[in-house]
Amino acid sequence: MRDKILIAGNDAIAEAGIRAGCRSYFGYPITPQNELLEYMSAHMPKAGGVFVQAESEIGAINMCYGASAAGARTMTSSSGPGMSLKLEGISYLAGSDLPCVIVNVARGGPGLGNIAPGQGDYFQATKGGGHGDYRMIVLAPATIPEATELTMLAFDLADKYRTPVLVLVDGVLGQMMEPVEFRDPVDPATLPPKPWALTGAQGRPPNIVTSFFLDPQELSELNLKRQDRYRRIVTQEVRYEEFETGDATIVIAAYGTVARIARTTVKLARNEGIKLGLLRPITLWPFPYAPLRALSNRVKVILTVEMSAGQMLEDVRLAVAERAETPFYGEMGGIVPTPRGILMEVKKYASYDAEDDQGF
Amino acid sequence: MPVMTQKMTKVFERPRSLADIEFTYCPGCHHGLITRIIAQVIDELGIQERTVVVGPVGCSVFVYQWFRCDGIQSAHGRACAVATGIKRVNPDLIVFTYQGDGDLAAIGTAESIHAANRGENITVIFINNQIYGMTGGQMAPTTLIGQWATSCPDGRDAGLAGYPIRFSEMVAQLDAPVYVTRQSLYDQKRIMATSRAIKKAFQYQVECKGYSLVEILANCPTSWHMTPTQANKHIADVVTSVFPLGDLVDRG
Ligand SMILES: Cc1ncc(C[n+]2csc(CCOP(=O)(O)OP(=O)(O)O)c2C)c(N)n1
Ligand code: SF4
Ligand SMILES: [Mg+2]
Repeated sequence: MRDKILIAGNDAIAEAGIRAGCRSYFGYPITPQNELLEYMSAHMPKAGGVFVQAESEIGAINMCYGASAAGARTMTSSSGPGMSLKLEGISYLAGSDLPCVIVNVARGGPGLGNIAPGQGDYFQATKGGGHGDYRMIVLAPATIPEATELTMLAFDLADKYRTPVLVLVDGVLGQMMEPVEFRDPVDPATLPPKPWALTGAQGRPPNIVTSFFLDPQELSELNLKRQDRYRRIVTQEVRYEEFETGDATIVIAAYGTVARIARTTVKLARNEGIKLGLLRPITLWPFPYAPLRALSNRVKVILTVEMSAGQMLEDVRLAVAERAETPFYGEMGGIVPTPRGILMEVKKYASYDAEDDQGF
Repeated sequence: MPVMTQKMTKVFERPRSLADIEFTYCPGCHHGLITRIIAQVIDELGIQERTVVVGPVGCSVFVYQWFRCDGIQSAHGRACAVATGIKRVNPDLIVFTYQGDGDLAAIGTAESIHAANRGENITVIFINNQIYGMTGGQMAPTTLIGQWATSCPDGRDAGLAGYPIRFSEMVAQLDAPVYVTRQSLYDQKRIMATSRAIKKAFQYQVECKGYSLVEILANCPTSWHMTPTQANKHIADVVTSVFPLGDLVDRG
């Protein structure tokens, strides 16, 4: 029997990392992710693993780069300003085809912003941020149990595709508590071998980990191979959830904390006879373009709600093209939308629905 | 004529740990000599099969190719953090970084100082040639006062750019490092001393004693616009007066 324990998001993600067989964590304090680092400082050594509080996020991500190159499952976490510093290292991880799990407990920005929850790092997470042609799988849980599942999945995906994977939550998910039933821990000794890792050139030619290729032909070929791998990820790893979309005429597109709030909005709306549904991307990259496209053929309005100025909105519009209305409701600065606040936005467009209900 | 009956003994050979690839360095550059010395030390200590080379960005960006050892390329300045990650997850490996003065003492100051302060059980080989060789001869944090560089065309002016940074002295202030030394290569005696210093630094790591820094005053004939012979004389006469040679810390 597995125990259900009440645990805060940051602690739960850290515990999930250890249970995924990760035995090395490198981090630097920043609110609202501090508890994750502190949990690791207490529990990683107990699990026989490595914990280092680095001199900076640049130090931390480069320690991950080294640990990953040496074949270890490795993890770091941060928030806004620290994520910006990690981008150099993330580009090198991607350019050297190294797995790594990175957690962003996102806060208000830009600049120092504040320590309240935010979703303004969507572009940074999904469109690059660091230099060069790379992609990063981005997982966006909406509950703490899901955050633990996705953190464990993140390690498998990182190893499978030899790529950094980002778990993107926000300050709400990091700080709140929920009951969680953890999956059984993975024994690191049972993980698939990494023949490319730096383990010492004993009985084999040296292994080299690098992103540096002076010959344009060679670098081009490596990039093309990596793009193939990205295409495989796009076809195999899209994850999303639909809620009450079957008969919906209006659908909210939202992820993470906002999606969780929007679920309540769907219930409130339905009590008032508004046929509202929710599409929640779980992978922000690869983005669920196809299901959104499918929805846009049969609903009138897809309302994107984010704690940002409208970042995921661009992907929603790319998916929907002109097939449906794509309005936006956003809050910034750490303001969290309420179920009723979202409902009021929905009602602006519900009239579309009511007006031609006869013919719709 | 007497017949030679004595068996010939080999007194000089290519280190086994040195890969059979042509260096990318300019003729007369000390980078090549230092690489050879390290390979020799790796042979002598019998650690080739468990050594990992952590390379920088700089003229020695391909350093991971020169050894028959596993190797990794790091972002500019981050080698000590990368080495920390490798060594912490696999302490059986012998991990050394090879970094220029721009890499270690400018952009990588934080990573370099803190690896030293944590006493990471790694070896840091620091090539101080007082210039940014790879990018074409710009001023380094170690560039001497009055020295010409492409980004200080009137010579380094302390009022504008401060003074040459004595990184080893900074590291020597810390409690954790076991061995901090400054060496040079301008004559045979110095080359032998550098070899001994590098060997000691690796030996300490093998014995799990902790962090070592070997700073080497190296030349850059190309960006200094000197012949290798002039460059050696310049190191002996001028550079060593700013960067004194010798051990700063030896707690081994
Ligand atoms: C982040 C970043 N900034 C700048 C550069 C460009 N760059 C490459 S090598 C170098 C200086 C290297 O000088 P040094 O470390 O002294 O090595 P040397 O070439 O003299 O051996 C610079 C500035 C880079 N590769 N990455
Ligand atoms: S530019 Fe200077 S440091 Fe670089 S290889 Fe040439 S001589 Fe050596
Ligand atoms: Mg230099």
